[in-house]
Amino acid sequence: MTSIDSNELVLNMGPQHPSTHGVLRIVLKLDGERVKSTECIIGYLHRGVEKIAENRTYVQFAPYVDRMDYLAAVSNGLGYCLAVEKLMHSVAPPRAQAVRVILTELNRIASHLLWLGTHALDIGAITPLFYTLREREEVLKIFENYCGARLTTHAFRIGGLQYELYEGFEQQVNMFCDQFLGKVDEYEELLSGNRIWRERLRGVGVLDADTCKRYGVTGPMLRAAGVPWDLRKAQPYSGYEQYEFDVPTRASGDTLDRYFVRLEEMRQSVRIVRQAVANIPAGPIMAKIAKVIKPPVGEAYVSIEAPKGELGYFIVSDGTTHPYRLRVRPPSFVNLQALDHMAKGALVADVVAIIGTIDIVLGEVDR
Amino acid sequence: MATVPWDGAIPELLREHLGAAVLDTHLYVDQPCAVLSLAAMLPGLELLHAEANFDYLVDITAVDYPKRECRFDLVYIVYSHSRNQRVRLKAQVPANQKPLSAVPIFLGANWLEREVFDMYGIEFAGHPNLTRILMPDEWAGFPLRKDYGITQMDNTWVQNNLGIESGQ
Repeated sequence: MTSIDSNELVLNMGPQHPSTHGVLRIVLKLDGERVKSTECIIGYLHRGVEKIAENRTYVQFAPYVDRMDYLAAVSNGLGYCLAVEKLMHSVAPPRAQAVRVILTELNRIASHLLWLGTHALDIGAITPLFYTLREREEVLKIFENYCGARLTTHAFRIGGLQYELYEGFEQQVNMFCDQFLGKVDEYEELLSGNRIWRERLRGVGVLDADTCKRYGVTGPMLRAAGVPWDLRKAQPYSGYEQYEFDVPTRASGDTLDRYFVRLEEMRQSVRIVRQAVANIPAGPIMAKIAKVIKPPVGEAYVSIEAPKGELGYFIVSDGTTHPYRLRVRPPSFVNLQALDHMAKGALVADVVAIIGTIDIVLGEVDR
Repeated sequence: MATVPWDGAIPELLREHLGAAVLDTHLYVDQPCAVLSLAAMLPGLELLHAEANFDYLVDITAVDYPKRECRFDLVYIVYSHSRNQRVRLKAQVPANQKPLSAVPIFLGANWLEREVFDMYGIEFAGHPNLTRILMPDEWAGFPLRKDYGITQMDNTWVQNNLGIESGQ
């Protein structure tokens, strides 16, 4: 028998814990207040999405993707549609692409808003949650008006869009954009200059650019470490090359920097939405695509910049109506892996901040 | 649209160092893919990482072809930030051969390989902690294999752990 280290305390955090943002369980090995190592136990929300895909047609599977990252269902749907369209050698018409960009960017804002509210709540700032949910509600109302659903929207179809825009869509989106930038400034007033907030986040959970790459970490976490890498710029899809926007980066890769990056991303999303909504091309909303989706034999990997990082779909088609293999490359799953690196040596109380800053959705981690 | 041969710096680099172990390099829907022998997979990844700046392992996954002699395809996707290029490497896994773990090159391979093991039962040699990741540790069977039914489950596990007859 090996000797027992009397200084080490093992603490189970989760799976039912308010700050693990779902059913994430972390086994913390502690030396006093310091974390010696962490082990993530995941899979509580595993539904076998990839197995389900093999047993559904391409069209039938589309609503399932909304239920992975359910805070960014529109992004999930966009990635899936683009991947199947790639295999079908088809491209959505310009009008559909513009609407896709608008809804996806609005969804990015909604996802970041919920992140900001809950992250601040974890840290102990209760107020921002009420404000961020208020603004998120406006985005969800646009989704509801457009397709009838608020969260699991299933907004797009393979080949384009299911629905034409509703009367007054542009006005509603513009109205949201007009008032939203001021709201972001308000969040900043609440938090950015707040000494407790800054002290609580600065230097916590540092992940430098090199470590990010070794772990495959993408999204705001990578950008907060100073790498201006965004798939919307690096490999534009759905017409992102037409829009002017910046990729915000920060230098030190700590929790505070990730907060600033996400705030700035919301502002940039507004910029994109404004440009897109001012210039929605006329024309059809669906590409000429067969009623029965039967991609030719082949395989493709298509990825997009989801709010949390690179979201990819790898699909192998055997020429039938069902995907032979469908793999989802979830940003949350890959990013969560860096938790151990970030939490080592941190205080127990900081683990909460570090989980929050990764911005995970367990539906996507476990699939 | 059919596959077209993929030529250029990367296939040349792979061929130069790995020789006949590079079985095929092709493009499909403009996406480059190299088919290697399994033994050449890790050297190939190492080569791309060291010589061509492929510094980001995007994904590892597998595909099951139960009727084939080498049942599984192992698929690696790597990306180079400096080249802004994504490359897919594929290898068939012979029944008596274990792929080597890519963790020494890419830390991110850890969970991805665990998931492949969890879903397909492909064991990676040299992996620091090759245990199930999404399914329960004691679960019997590998869910993403083609011979694993969509409603199939490990009833013993369900009865022991959930206290019900069956999950169905």
